Amino acid sequence: MALASVKETALAARLACLPMQDGAGWLAVARTQALARLTAMGLPAKRDEYWRYTDPATLNAPEAAPAARFDPGDEAPAFDGIDRLKIVFVDGVFDAGASDDLAMAGVEIERLSRAGSVDIHWAQGLYGVLEARGQSPVQRPFAALNTAYATDGLLIRVTGQAARPIALIYVHKSETSDAILHHCIKVEAGAELTLLESGPAAARFTKVVEVEVADGGRFHHIRVQGRDHERRAATHLFARLGADALFKSFTLTANGRLTRNEAVIELTGRDARAHVAGAAVGDGDFHHDDTVFVTHAAEACESRQVFKKVLKNGATGVFQGKILVKPGAQKTDGYQISQSLLLDEDSQFLAKPELEIYADDVKCSHGSTSGAIDETALFYLQSRGVPRAAAQALLVLAFLAEAIDEVEDEAIAEDIRGRLEGWLARHAAKAQA
Amino acid sequence: MLEIKNLHVKLEEEDKVILKGVDLKIGPGEVHAIMGPNGSGKSTLSYVLSGRDGYEVTDGSATLDGQELLEMEPEERAAAGLFLAFQYPVEIPGVGNMTFLRTAVNAQRKARGEEELSAGDFLKVVREKAKALKIDAEMLKRPVNVGFSGGEKKRNEILQMAMLEPRMCILDETDSGLDVDAMKLVSDGVNALRSEGRSFLVITHYQRLLDHIKPDVVHIMAAGRIIKTGGPELALEVETNGYADILGEVG
Ligand SMILES: Nc1ncnc2c1ncn2[C@@H]1O[C@H](COP(=O)(O)OP(=O)(O)O)[C@@H](O)[C@H]1O
Ligand SMILES: [Mg+2]
Repeated sequence: MALASVKETALAARLACLPMQDGAGWLAVARTQALARLTAMGLPAKRDEYWRYTDPATLNAPEAAPAARFDPGDEAPAFDGIDRLKIVFVDGVFDAGASDDLAMAGVEIERLSRAGSVDIHWAQGLYGVLEARGQSPVQRPFAALNTAYATDGLLIRVTGQAARPIALIYVHKSETSDAILHHCIKVEAGAELTLLESGPAAARFTKVVEVEVADGGRFHHIRVQGRDHERRAATHLFARLGADALFKSFTLTANGRLTRNEAVIELTGRDARAHVAGAAVGDGDFHHDDTVFVTHAAEACESRQVFKKVLKNGATGVFQGKILVKPGAQKTDGYQISQSLLLDEDSQFLAKPELEIYADDVKCSHGSTSGAIDETALFYLQSRGVPRAAAQALLVLAFLAEAIDEVEDEAIAEDIRGRLEGWLARHAAKAQA
Repeated sequence: MLEIKNLHVKLEEEDKVILKGVDLKIGPGEVHAIMGPNGSGKSTLSYVLSGRDGYEVTDGSATLDGQELLEMEPEERAAAGLFLAFQYPVEIPGVGNMTFLRTAVNAQRKARGEEELSAGDFLKVVREKAKALKIDAEMLKRPVNVGFSGGEKKRNEILQMAMLEPRMCILDETDSGLDVDAMKLVSDGVNALRSEGRSFLVITHYQRLLDHIKPDVVHIMAAGRIIKTGGPELALEVETNGYADILGEVG
């Protein structure tokens, strides 16, 4: 079968299982347009260049493969000690009872389903808009699918300094849940928000977050992806930044059968800064893909991509990262690093770092490495009395440090480190058993 | 304290024999020195004693207070009281020197069933000991040995030794790369630790260090064996005549 028809067939099968989202208003229009985009591209195939390292089959499948829930035991939930506004989704459905009141100084929060049916809404300029822009030069079918079929989500407008971080907590309950969430966040000029996300969400999770940060706005995003071993996720973060805007996103991933995290960021105003970082730890049947596309479309902007993966027992890490510097984006400062620490010979890291530069006065660097743990350093620590497993954990945390350092809030960074230490201790013990 | 008997060691990966029957006995409170030409196996001896991978013991034993060292993991040897000041201290990017020291001290305390030091107590002790070695706050904050000069690395080794208070200290060419002032600092640091219950094995190329750290016994090592043992005067003999005479004498 020709590639095009394979994709069409896959799409038809997938769409047959999706409930059509009814409704009128601006949202219905946006959904129709997204469906048209999706129909034109079809679902991804393994032969697509952009899916060379990650097999989309289980994301394409009409139904989510069952995923057992993970029992975290007595481990504290992510961000437990942080004062935050909690918003809970269970298998992708907003849970009012478990959530805080959606009211906070400096922020307006609405549910997508409510806001979608009105005639005019600020989110019209955002919902599906950044996603559509992000479809070129590379297609992102799951993002278009999300825009067309999202069943829930939030529209968040930040008008000042948000009083507290907003925490989106994604609970996974049903073993076959297939959640599609779409959030839009607009950080108005000079406003600031910290968004926390945690939890597995569902057996299969498709998510889009579109973020517009206006001039001088600041957006911090810290995400801890759920630990359910069998869960699968395709997430997209689309961001557009105005002058002097700041965007910082950090993701911690531990476990999960398949994770594809795409980040598509456009710097459109002078002196904007965008940092995307990730720390991933995988043991066993774990496939983790970070696919990042940063476009410098204005002068004197800074971007950083810092991705670190620790892999063992046959885990696979993927990084596809691009910095595109458009004509005229002089004084660009672009940095990209992707590194993996392979704790055994069964694990692998596949990286495709790319630079595409159409301006002459820019500073761009990229590097990608893959290596084993430093045995000499391990012995040095052991010779000082540090047990091997603890020494290894210390070296792994040191390896991940550059990514974790992207988390500005020290309390949150400490929460992340503690979580990683726990994971490393548990997984070191397992390896010895 | 430390007793090495008929120790034979080869490389794990190749058929190269490095130690060919080493015998050595160090009593409590004694300071022994091992001198010898490059490549004679001094560092190998110190690595094998502390448990580094890559070597295979084909014969012999090494005990610390009667406990067989060669069966233990490196961290168990450390907890038992063995310490090696490395000839080439290892850089660990991303791990702060202070974190490293605290982790080591507390790991050993835990292994011995003692309570961990509180952050405050630990800080107090480190500052005091670091000061004596002219190690400033900046050096304590930096990643372990990263960007340290040769002399700074060696002083950092002695700081670790002072913090861990081992009973059997092995110093592998701690004097190499040190200027006169640094040599004095390091020797003072070592001498401050000398006590009845603590023994030292000082590996050095030059007699110089032994002017500061006075040994009770001096051994000469060549081609994987201890070929001569004597008092401090043996070191002076090496200083004046080099190793050639002794090597010739032994055959
Ligand atoms: N890991 C190793 N691989 C290869 N050769 C080694 C290794 N360790 C030691 N050797 C060899 O063993 C001999 C003794 O080395 P070493 O113990 O470092 O001597 P010294 O410290 O007395 O200079 C040398 O010939 C050295 O090259
Ligand atoms: Mg040596």
